[in-house]
Amino acid sequence: MKAAKIVFGLLAVTFLMAPLVTILPLAFTSSDLLSYPIRSFSLRWFEELMISDAWRMSIVNSLVIGAGATLLATVLGTLVSLGLRRSFAFSGILKSALLLPMVVPAVILGVGMQITFIQLGLVNTHVGVIIAHTVVALPFVIVSVSGSLAGIDMRVERAAMSLGANPLRVFGHVTLPLMLPGVLSGAVLAFATSLDEVVLTLFVAGPNQRTLARQMFSSIRENISPAIAAAAFVIIVGTVVVAGLVLLFRAAAQRQKPSTVTV
Amino acid sequence: MTASMATSRASGRGSTTGRDGSMAASSARVAAMNGASAPFIALEQVEMMFGTHRVVDQLDLTITRGEFVSLLGPSGSGKTTILMLLAGFLQPTAGSICLGGKRIDHLPPHRRDMGVVFQNYALFPHMSVADNVAFPLRMRRVGREEIEQRVTRALDMVQLQHLRDRRPAMLSGGQQQRIALARALVFEPSVVLMDEPLGALDKQLREQMQLDIRDLHRRLGLTIVFVTHDQGEALTMSDRIAVFNRGRIEQIGSPTEIYDRPASRFVAEFIGETNLMAGKVTTTGPDGSLIRLDSGEDMAASAADWPAAGNEALLSVRPENVTVQPVGTARRTERVNIMQAKVADSVYQGDHLRLHLDCGQRRMIARLDRQVADYAVGTQVDVVFQADNCRVIPT
Ligand SMILES: Nc1ncnc2c1ncn2[C@@H]1O[C@H](COP(=O)(O)OP(=O)(O)O)[C@@H](O)[C@H]1O
Ligand SMILES: [Mg+2]
Repeated sequence: MKAAKIVFGLLAVTFLMAPLVTILPLAFTSSDLLSYPIRSFSLRWFEELMISDAWRMSIVNSLVIGAGATLLATVLGTLVSLGLRRSFAFSGILKSALLLPMVVPAVILGVGMQITFIQLGLVNTHVGVIIAHTVVALPFVIVSVSGSLAGIDMRVERAAMSLGANPLRVFGHVTLPLMLPGVLSGAVLAFATSLDEVVLTLFVAGPNQRTLARQMFSSIRENISPAIAAAAFVIIVGTVVVAGLVLLFRAAAQRQKPSTVTV
Repeated sequence: MTASMATSRASGRGSTTGRDGSMAASSARVAAMNGASAPFIALEQVEMMFGTHRVVDQLDLTITRGEFVSLLGPSGSGKTTILMLLAGFLQPTAGSICLGGKRIDHLPPHRRDMGVVFQNYALFPHMSVADNVAFPLRMRRVGREEIEQRVTRALDMVQLQHLRDRRPAMLSGGQQQRIALARALVFEPSVVLMDEPLGALDKQLREQMQLDIRDLHRRLGLTIVFVTHDQGEALTMSDRIAVFNRGRIEQIGSPTEIYDRPASRFVAEFIGETNLMAGKVTTTGPDGSLIRLDSGEDMAASAADWPAAGNEALLSVRPENVTVQPVGTARRTERVNIMQAKVADSVYQGDHLRLHLDCGQRRMIARLDRQVADYAVGTQVDVVFQADNCRVIPT
C-alpha cells in the first residue's frame, strides 16, 4: 500500500516535471537548433534575450503588465473576498460570476474583450492588457483570499472589537495579518497567470505590448531557436523566486517574535 | 415609565417568569425613586428574534455593581445570545439595555467597555501572549511603560509570566483560558462577560479555575455575567443565578434559593436531582401547605401561597433530604411526612449511599450518609422527609 503510494507519487511528479526537464537544459545549448543532443554548453541564448530588442522589450512588458495586473487583481480580489465574506442576496451568484473567467474559454473572453476594448480605445494599450490579465487573474486571488478568510474565526475579530478596537483597527490588527498569507499566495498566482497568458494578449495587445509569453509564441512559428528555452528558463526561475520569497516571508511571520511589548 | 410598562405586561402572564419579572421591575423602580444605587446593568423587555425564531423572550434582568450573576440553562436556551446582546454583537429586536443608567443598545462593541471571555478563548493566533494581553491597552492608547507594567501585573495575576513570549497555539487549554481572562481584565472593564469559559477544561482544572475566578471577582470587585450549563459551577460561583429555559428566566435568585426553593419543575429538575410527586394542592398558607398526592396520601410541605388550593401541583424533595428508618419506627407528625417503601437498589458511591426506593407505583431516591446502616435490597423501610424540605411547585 505504502509502496503503491510512493510509486504513484513519483509517476505524478515525473509526468508534471518531464516537459520542464526536457526543455530547460536546451537553454544552455550552444547550437542554433532547439534540439538534443547538446554538444556544448553556453549562455549565448541568454545573451540573445538581453541583446535582441524584441526579447528585451517583451521581458520589460511582461514585468510591467505582470506587476500592474498583480496589483490590480490582488487589491480587487481582496476587496471582493472581504465583501463576499458574509452572504447576502445573490452573493453566491455574484461569486460564481467573478470566478467565471476560470472556466470560460480564453478565446471567447479574448473576442469579447477585443470588441469592448476597441469601443473604449483600450486596444493596443498597456492598460488594456493589464485589465485583460486582471480579469483572468482575479479568480485566483478570490479563491486564495476567500480560503484564508474562511479560516479566520469570527470570534477572534469579535474579541478584538470587545477589547476596544474600532472596525478599522480590527481589520488592521487582526483580519489583515491573518489573511495576509492568502493575499500573498493570491498575488503570486496572479503574477504567474499574467506571465504565461497568451490568448487574451493575442486579442488585445499590439506590437508594443508584446509580452514574453506572446513573444515565445510567435518566435516558435517564425524560427524555433533555443532563445525560447532561455525565455522559459527566465519565466520559471522568476516564478520560483517570487514563490520562494513568499514562503520565506510566511515562515518569518510564523516564527516567534522577540518578547518586548511593541507599541 | 418603562418600568411600570414592564410590570403591567409581565404580570399579565400568570407564570413564574411573570412573577419574578414584575418583582424585579418594581424593585428597580423603587430603587430609581429612592435615588439609591440604581441597577448597574438593566435589561428591560429585551427580545431577540432570528427570523421567526424567538430566542430571547421579553427578558427583564437587573444586575448590581460588583455582582456575580450566572446565566444557567440547557444548550440552546439563549444564554450566548444574551451575552452577545450585552457585548453589542447583536441588536435586540425590542426592549432596552442600560449600563450605569445609560442606554447602550446603540453603542458598537468597541465602545461598551466590557471584557468578553469567549467559549473558545478567541486569542489572537498571530500575537504572543504578552501582545494578546496588551491589545486592549494599545487600543486605548495607553503609554508604552504603563502597558508593560499592566501586562506584567495581569500575567502575574494568572501566574503565566513565564509564557509571555509564546504563541497561543503553543499553550494548553487551561493556559489559553487564563490568558483570555488576563486579556479581558487588564483594561479594568466595567463588566466582564464570560461564555462557558471553563467548558473545555478537565474536572480538576475547572474546579481550580472556578475558585480563581471567584477570588478575582472578590478581590477586584468585578461585575461578572457568567454563562454556564453546569449547575454545579453556577452554584459554586454565583451571587445570583438566572435559570433560563427557551429564552426566558424560569427563576432568578441566590444559589440556596434556587436549590432549596425551586419555583418550577424545570428548575427543580435542572438544578440537582429531585423526587417529584404529582398531586393537588389542598391548603396553602404561611404556616405550610398541604398537598394530596394522586396516590391518595396527604403530604405536608413548606409555606407557599402559590399554586393556589385546588390546583394541580408537584411535591419536590431532594434525595439528600430523604431518610430511611427500619419499618414501623417512624412517627408521622404535622411537619414530618412518612411513606412505606421497599429498597429496590442500593448503590455505594464512595462518600454516600444511594437508595432506590419502591413506594407503590412511585420510585424515590434517597441519598444517605455512608455511616448509616446498610439496607439490603428487598428490605421494607419507612421513608421520612420533613415538611420544610418539601416544595410545592406548579406542574
Ligand atoms: N445568528 C443566529 N441565527 C439564527 N439562530 C441563532 C443564531 N444564534 C443563535 N441562534 C439560535 O438561538 C438559540 C439559542 O442559541 P444560544 O444563545 O447560542 O444558546 P445557548 O448559548 O444557551 O446554548 C438556538 O436555538 C440557536 O439555534
Ligand atoms: Mg452558548
